[in-house]
Amino acid sequence: MASVTENELKSMTQEERVKALGMTSEQLTGRSMFMEFDPGETERFEYPWAPKVDFNKRTELDAVDMTSTEVNSKIRELMSEGYGTIVLKNPRGKHSLAVGILSKLNLIIEGSTGYFGVGLIDGPNVRINGRVGWSCGENMMSGTVLIEKNAGSTFGAAIRGGDLVCKGSVGSRTGIDMKGGTIIVGGDTGALSGFMMQRGRMIVCGNAGKNLGDSMYDGTIYIGGEIKSFGVDAVEAELTQLDKDWLNRKLKQYGLVPSKGVDHFTKVVAGKQLWNYDNLEPTEKKLIL
Amino acid sequence: MCGIAGLIHKGKSSSVGFEMTQMLQALKHRGPDSTGYAVYGDQVDDLVMRLKIAEADDMQRGSGIYAELDRRIDQIDSFINEHGVKVTKKEKINDYSYRYEFSFGGDLGKLAEHIEEVNGAEILSVGKGLELIKDLGDASVVSNAYGLNSFKGTHGIGHTRMATESDVDIRSAHPYWAFPYNDVSVVHNGQITNYWIMRRQMEKKGHRFTSNCDSELLAVYTAHNLSLGISLEDSLKQSIDEIDGVFTYLVATKDQLGMAKDTMAAKPLVLYESDDLIAMASEEVAIRAILPHEIDTSDPYDEEVRVWQA
Repeated sequence: MASVTENELKSMTQEERVKALGMTSEQLTGRSMFMEFDPGETERFEYPWAPKVDFNKRTELDAVDMTSTEVNSKIRELMSEGYGTIVLKNPRGKHSLAVGILSKLNLIIEGSTGYFGVGLIDGPNVRINGRVGWSCGENMMSGTVLIEKNAGSTFGAAIRGGDLVCKGSVGSRTGIDMKGGTIIVGGDTGALSGFMMQRGRMIVCGNAGKNLGDSMYDGTIYIGGEIKSFGVDAVEAELTQLDKDWLNRKLKQYGLVPSKGVDHFTKVVAGKQLWNYDNLEPTEKKLIL
Repeated sequence: MCGIAGLIHKGKSSSVGFEMTQMLQALKHRGPDSTGYAVYGDQVDDLVMRLKIAEADDMQRGSGIYAELDRRIDQIDSFINEHGVKVTKKEKINDYSYRYEFSFGGDLGKLAEHIEEVNGAEILSVGKGLELIKDLGDASVVSNAYGLNSFKGTHGIGHTRMATESDVDIRSAHPYWAFPYNDVSVVHNGQITNYWIMRRQMEKKGHRFTSNCDSELLAVYTAHNLSLGISLEDSLKQSIDEIDGVFTYLVATKDQLGMAKDTMAAKPLVLYESDDLIAMASEEVAIRAILPHEIDTSDPYDEEVRVWQA
């Protein structure tokens, strides 16, 4: 960073700043792929290789006698044929279903998934009518995942973008290492939720287990119920009107606004006493997050 | 990583042998080394004892193994006679495994110790309902070898093992049971870090250990507590404070099934509860193996303890 001064950065356009700082489009759009930002293009919502799908073209896929690999290949095959809405039936707790989908798609999973369900996705809208196992939505980049029942532990581990919503309760270590996006839980969450959280926001309408937000770098956690205990360096902050408006808007989207509103929510942020941020240059601060 | 599973039917008997096989087969990927069952049949007046007189590996080594096995079982039979045990049924399950039904009013602990003096002999289980079966191979292999598919009972627990802390043999396979409390069995997924300290404490209290597997400690610990009159629920709660490490374990007694999860909740368990059936397993895929229709399941939290009555 030494070659660019603070003043030079200020005078640059956004695209120029990205290149000067050695950043990729990741920091600006939530994408993680190392794609050079093309100044001629205003926004890039799809990967160049993403199949063109039509949301009105709908099909069903019965997973009962298929392995996880076969299901995932079949989903890709259907997408390349232009199907934009896929209904997956009888998932029966299989692991790693619908992982790595990097384009737009409406996916409806009628049943429950096992571990690592819909991990590493970038773009699709997924609705799961059952329960999901451990590490659902891990490393998700963008899109929406809506789970009607409960979820297992490490829900939304390391997610970077999108909305990951569970209407029921989730296990422990929810949003561990999350780097962006929003996790919404209608019920309770277990111990060590938001552990080492770096960015993004988490809303839990119910109670939180012990060590909430332990060692979090940044980001915000909103808890509607009781908190068993705070983790190291997690502190309570004032719930501002801006927070309340955002909570209302976000929860309303998924029909999860509690009957008594959102005024009672506890906001938890990083105390920033655990790491000495002040030894770092402003640009470095941005990069470690 | 290991896979554990358990189920309990409330107030009725069912094909638990077949159901446990389905569940454990679905968990095969979590542990292909050995599979074990502790299933609880209808309570009988007689005692049921299962024992092995050699390891599966022994059958591949040396010559004269059959003569040796005959010698061992004759020796066991003579010990049994010495104690005045009335054997009502003796079944040879396979080359190295036997099942006895007998009535006995004396000290079972002493009888067991005596039997285990025979080289290679280990009592897998003894009780009025418990039958414990474990061997190398996946669930379908073990189930076929021991005729488990036709086993009827109220509840059971099972384990698919991926050996990490001790050897791949029957001795280190789960489930475990322990004196002095009959009909108690334990399956465990995790690592116990204060194993040796706890083991020495238990050994000072006079308990025996047959393996170096940390999971056996949980069986001895639970049996010790139950023999002191502590309830299963209290024993499970106490274990969360006293035992260090990451663990999720299931305990079955003659009419109860319990679970406990450590303070970090680092080992998985998925739970399904209905009015007449409770099923739990490391992964949902195991529960789905016996309940293909849509069901509600959940993850127990850290330090959670639950006990169900048959």
